[in-house]
Amino acid sequence: MAERPAYPAAHPAEVRVVSQRFGDPRAATLAGYLDTGGYQALGKALGLNGGEAMAPEAIIEEVKKSSLRGRGGAGFPTGLKWSFIPKGGDKPKYVLCNADESEPGTCKDRLILEHDPFAIIEGITIAGRAIGAQRGFIYIRGEYRYVLDIMQRALAEAYAAGYLGANIRGSGFSFDILAHTGAGAYECGEESALMESLEGKRGIPRLKPPFPALSGLYGCPTVINNVETLASVPPIILRGGDWFLNIGLPKNGGPRLFSLSGQVRNRGVYELPLGFPLRRLIEEIGGGVLGGGLKAVVPGGSSTPIFTAEEALGLNLDYDSVGKAGSFLGSGGVVVINDRTCMVRFALRVMQFYRHESCGWCVPCREGTNWLQLALTRFHRGDGRPEDVDLFTDVAQNILGRTLCPLGDAAAMPILSIVRKFRSEFEDHLHGRPCPFAAESSAVPVA
Amino acid sequence: MPETPSKPAPAAGAPPAPAEVHFTVNGHTLAAAPGTLLIEACRAANIEIPSFCYYPKLSLQAACRMCLVEVEKIPKLQTACTTVVAEGMVVHTETPTVQAARKSAIEFILTNHPLDCPVCDAGGECELQDMTFRYGAAVSRFDEPKRHRDEQQWSPVVYYDRPRCILCYRCVRVCGEGMDVWALGVGNRGILSTILPNHQDHLECEECGMCIDICPVGALTSGAYRYQTRPWEMQHVGAICAFCGDGCKTTLGVRNGVILRGDNRDKNGINGDFLCVKGRYGTDFTRHPERLKSPLVRDASGELRPVSWAYALETITDRWRGIQAAHGQFGVIGSTRCTNEESYQLQKLARRVLGTNHVDHHRSADFPALFDALAQPAGAAARPLPQLADSGALKTAKAVLLVGGDPTQEHPLLAWNLRWAHRLAGASLYVLNRRDIRLRRQARRMALLTHGTEADAVRYLAAPQRGDPPQAELTAVSPPGDKRWPQTPPSTPQPIPGGLEEFRAELAQERDVIIVFGPELTGDAVQALVRFGASLPGHTRYIAMADNANSRGAADMGLYPDLLPGYLPVSDGAARAHFAAAWGGDIPAAPGWNQRQMVEAVDRRELDALYVVGANPFRLDPVNAATLKSCFLVVQDLFLTETAQAADVVLPALSLYEKSGTVTNTCGEVQSQRRGGSFEGAKTDLEIIHALARMLGADFGRPDADRVFSEIRAQVKGYAVSLVQLMAGRGALAVPLNSAVPHQAAPQMIRPNHDSLFTAGTLGRYSATLNAVMEKHSRP
Amino acid sequence: MSVFSPATRDRFERLAASYPQPRSALVPMLLYAQDELGYLPPEAIAEIAALLGETELGVREVIGYYSMLRTAPAGRYHVQVCTNISCMLRGGEEILAHCQRRLGIHNRQTTPDGMFSIEEVECIGACAWAPALQVNYDFHQELDPAKVDEILEKYRRQG
Ligand SMILES: Cc1cc2nc3c(=O)[nH]c(=O)nc-3n(C[C@H](O)[C@H](O)[C@H](O)COP(=O)(O)O)c2cc1C
Ligand code: SF4
Ligand code: FES
Repeated sequence: MAERPAYPAAHPAEVRVVSQRFGDPRAATLAGYLDTGGYQALGKALGLNGGEAMAPEAIIEEVKKSSLRGRGGAGFPTGLKWSFIPKGGDKPKYVLCNADESEPGTCKDRLILEHDPFAIIEGITIAGRAIGAQRGFIYIRGEYRYVLDIMQRALAEAYAAGYLGANIRGSGFSFDILAHTGAGAYECGEESALMESLEGKRGIPRLKPPFPALSGLYGCPTVINNVETLASVPPIILRGGDWFLNIGLPKNGGPRLFSLSGQVRNRGVYELPLGFPLRRLIEEIGGGVLGGGLKAVVPGGSSTPIFTAEEALGLNLDYDSVGKAGSFLGSGGVVVINDRTCMVRFALRVMQFYRHESCGWCVPCREGTNWLQLALTRFHRGDGRPEDVDLFTDVAQNILGRTLCPLGDAAAMPILSIVRKFRSEFEDHLHGRPCPFAAESSAVPVA
Repeated sequence: MPETPSKPAPAAGAPPAPAEVHFTVNGHTLAAAPGTLLIEACRAANIEIPSFCYYPKLSLQAACRMCLVEVEKIPKLQTACTTVVAEGMVVHTETPTVQAARKSAIEFILTNHPLDCPVCDAGGECELQDMTFRYGAAVSRFDEPKRHRDEQQWSPVVYYDRPRCILCYRCVRVCGEGMDVWALGVGNRGILSTILPNHQDHLECEECGMCIDICPVGALTSGAYRYQTRPWEMQHVGAICAFCGDGCKTTLGVRNGVILRGDNRDKNGINGDFLCVKGRYGTDFTRHPERLKSPLVRDASGELRPVSWAYALETITDRWRGIQAAHGQFGVIGSTRCTNEESYQLQKLARRVLGTNHVDHHRSADFPALFDALAQPAGAAARPLPQLADSGALKTAKAVLLVGGDPTQEHPLLAWNLRWAHRLAGASLYVLNRRDIRLRRQARRMALLTHGTEADAVRYLAAPQRGDPPQAELTAVSPPGDKRWPQTPPSTPQPIPGGLEEFRAELAQERDVIIVFGPELTGDAVQALVRFGASLPGHTRYIAMADNANSRGAADMGLYPDLLPGYLPVSDGAARAHFAAAWGGDIPAAPGWNQRQMVEAVDRRELDALYVVGANPFRLDPVNAATLKSCFLVVQDLFLTETAQAADVVLPALSLYEKSGTVTNTCGEVQSQRRGGSFEGAKTDLEIIHALARMLGADFGRPDADRVFSEIRAQVKGYAVSLVQLMAGRGALAVPLNSAVPHQAAPQMIRPNHDSLFTAGTLGRYSATLNAVMEKHSRP
Repeated sequence: MSVFSPATRDRFERLAASYPQPRSALVPMLLYAQDELGYLPPEAIAEIAALLGETELGVREVIGYYSMLRTAPAGRYHVQVCTNISCMLRGGEEILAHCQRRLGIHNRQTTPDGMFSIEEVECIGACAWAPALQVNYDFHQELDPAKVDEILEKYRRQG
């Protein structure tokens, strides 16, 4: 009795590339996928349609040209990442598809996996061809069981039709993909923790160097990309890097999926060209803020520094603009917060998440998130002291930049930005004053 | 999610690495070998970098974030424990940013630390205390409730207190990587993380206590020591472990003469970081309630009654004089746990004062056979020297052949060193054994004998053309990452036809092999082994494994019926003359009886007096109680052993921990120690031997170990070792090699105890802690 | 004797063989084992450890790390309510409170009949359709108290 997310009709402002088959029931089967232009890109890359096969370097070149940047969080240029894989060598190479999607505010990879599974398979296969790998893995978060089922059915079909396995469609290229389930751990989305987890271990991130391009899964050269990144690859190969680049901005090629959630009328996942104004996303596409005026916006998932309403409304959604404004585009999870929401409560909920998800390896992350959660709980309860406000900043500052993996930073950055930008709300909790928002829940009901 | 992107691979075909890289720390230019960790390079230059999780030679963690430093051109602080020095690197370790990072790391660690230092065993020897003192803040800003969890007892000797644990994972690593036991792990996640024992709520392991030793705080504490004292109330005396033949240094914690613990506080002995369960916990035999406190003499009713020392010694010497006058036969059995000085003086007393060569000790390795085989035949081309390896040589060995024995159980330090060589130096270990011993996991090749003995196999290796090879199955290393304990289930070894031949061929490719062999090889098998060793390329060296703390010393000091100190044959006139001159008296020329022959002589009523020092011969060679009545038996020991119960006079002796002197480990490393504990009523064996000699009219001088050792250095072949080295607390290798050692081959007299990790001949029975541990392990 | 059904045993063997290293199958195996048994009892841990040639400790280390894996039983229907930011902003906490009231149990408790258990969980990737919960693996989204009641009732009827 699983409920599927609704299939939204395209908004006129959307440019549907990875979402081109959303809501199209044909994409569920291989035949339907082929009918809708599927596997044309792989055909082009492997020279299956009569044409010449593309050299692996040419595939990488095309991806570089597209200026595709990682959709998982860090926004690293994908073509460049692929080019770090050493040529030749006797170790096997691997492509990992990061489908751990756990960043609060993000629910877009789930849609691709659900609505267009073959596009991901095709993207991974092309990536494998480009870097000389013979094997790929799709690491799917454990909660997405129905997605795992969809993926496994799609893989079986692809194998049966010779789109996977030995000598794909007579091209001489062999490639295998396995869908793998996680079991509940945000940290396993971090690339090296994901590899540990895929090796059957605790998801503790690895020391770097060595970097995955040299020593990744099983100590072998490995490329790891987000679901959306890999799903963007077939259209790029088929229609050319320039085409993709021109949808977005220089160095910010293509459209990307934005998960719009929170206190906004038309929530959903929208594919918009990079550089799209956040104001239009909230007002025009989102249909405006619900339950009050706009107070704040999280631009790219819970770990990205928050924007005030004023900052948000002047912002364009591309990697460089958001970066210049002091935050990150992250995983594209845009969370809209209205002015009846208590930002202390919000900060506390974010910290509760990072405390729960810290792998516990590094002292500052493990102890710092715990400390902040306890102190914020006390503070929000009304037992705050004036010096607490600076303490929050100080503790977060002591986590920032001092941990093994970026989760420490992810925990520190939101609280730092919230305290800085909404300090007065913290002060309003002091001196025994109850939370000014506590009288009624700010939460906006669904109806 | 922002994060540092993957970096490109270093360009292929980069110029070869230079021999040294140069870099700057706090303005000083330093140099180090390429690949050196920054933390090590700084420490070598006396630049302090604090750390908790870093531990030399264990895998890197970067978890505690205590070692953060500034490296120019890198925006974030870097962990010195994982940063490899690079040419031109500019490092700052004392900037305000670095200091603030350290201070905050301490603050974070202390947020959930109970701060129960006043009642914590580690108080005063706690790295967290030291670091807080040096780098921390005076006040804590953490004001939230701390998580409490009850202390857990994981074994008779291991307690875990989660709130004190700082999760540095040193215990997990030393247990796994160092001990190859893998009994500790990490459970839960994040703030709830905890160290886990391998059996849910308790440990099944070697109980070595390395985890306790390596714990920087009081999270892991010792059941044998906890709540007894504060570290600063004890004297810390370096001693040599009284148990196995490996000769680890242990630091005794002594308060008011009582030894409260053994540990590895100084880590400066031949054993480095290592100490096993016996060395750490076995010291409590010194406090056993059955310890003899007074001499005992059997009275007219046949009971052993406490008497004064003067009365006991007179009783002995009166009887001995009578037997001497009647030209009776004396037998002397010495100890494998006494000092070299005591063994030397004991055989001197036997030969020169009592006029007998009926001298022996409990043998567990055929040292004479080894030294005979290694003897340089007159005129032959000299073999490279030294031919004996010390225990440390194993750590850097390129290849090791282990024949027989089970070092994991019987020679824990040698096993530790072998694992070290495998893990850190990439040594190839070859194992030849009838049993599937645990060191197979480190072996490149194991020949698991299915038929025949190690001796047969060695004879085959030395002369393959003769006869059928003993049957062996060859197994390679167990799969990497196999962490099962106590033993990997036999991995269905692949029988290989002529398996030993392949084993031999592979070994023949190795250079500079160290051959370690157990008691399975005696006499001509040892000769065969040395022939095989000589056929290998490079410089082959040997280690023979003998049981007890001073088994090797007892052999070197001449506790043999036919060998004088330094393995000189008693039948050799020149050798006798040498010692006669040194001792001022004649030595009988005819070889005497060995231990079993002495007991047989008792049965024939041919032995009139037997003097047993620190040994329990009747355990192995039971005596006839009736015939024993005609033999005057004197036993000198710590406890009323089977042998002591049968004695006419029992003298209470002090233990190895309670005396000064030297001991020689199974490899031949001589080490010196000073008296640690004391025990009212007992005397050192040296004092007793000297007193008896004096009462019989021979002056052995003051019973001073240093004086006796000077004589040993002068008189015993191979013992002119460096005193400086000894005084520095290091082992000095004794090489008592002669031209040849004609020796009465008596393989039946090589009778190893086959001790386990938790047993140690007779002595082990008197350690309450070892018994508790053993009882736990024998429970189903 | 195996604690698993022959089909699961079979699946485990295929799974272990489908990776370059068998240990890679550990996390999925544990999850599937839990699907079958409701939780991971010591016998299941021992059997999986033996299957992969790992120590039980090694398996326990892994179980403790992953928040979906448990060593004690939960309810037949494990109600996992997300209260993370996107859900919180749309009433996720009220949904949690409502579930607790309806089922008469607190977070991390199981109803006396063993039918339901509740767990407050982190983001389940339903942000745009908040508030959301999962019952076992089934997603239920855009909830309000009435819809929650309906859902719980449906499971209760299913038994
Ligand atoms: C704590 C943490 C969690 C992450 N979770 C995810 C995730 O769930 N999905 C994802 O694609 N990337 C995640 N990332 C980013 C990945 O580490 C990695 O950058 C990404 O998979 C690379 O793919 P891309 O270049 O295509 O974005 C996470 C990073 C961190 C530090
Ligand atoms: S920063 Fe946090 S999550 Fe990342 S390794 Fe350190 S403790 Fe683990
Ligand atoms: S010593 Fe470097 S992080 Fe612990």
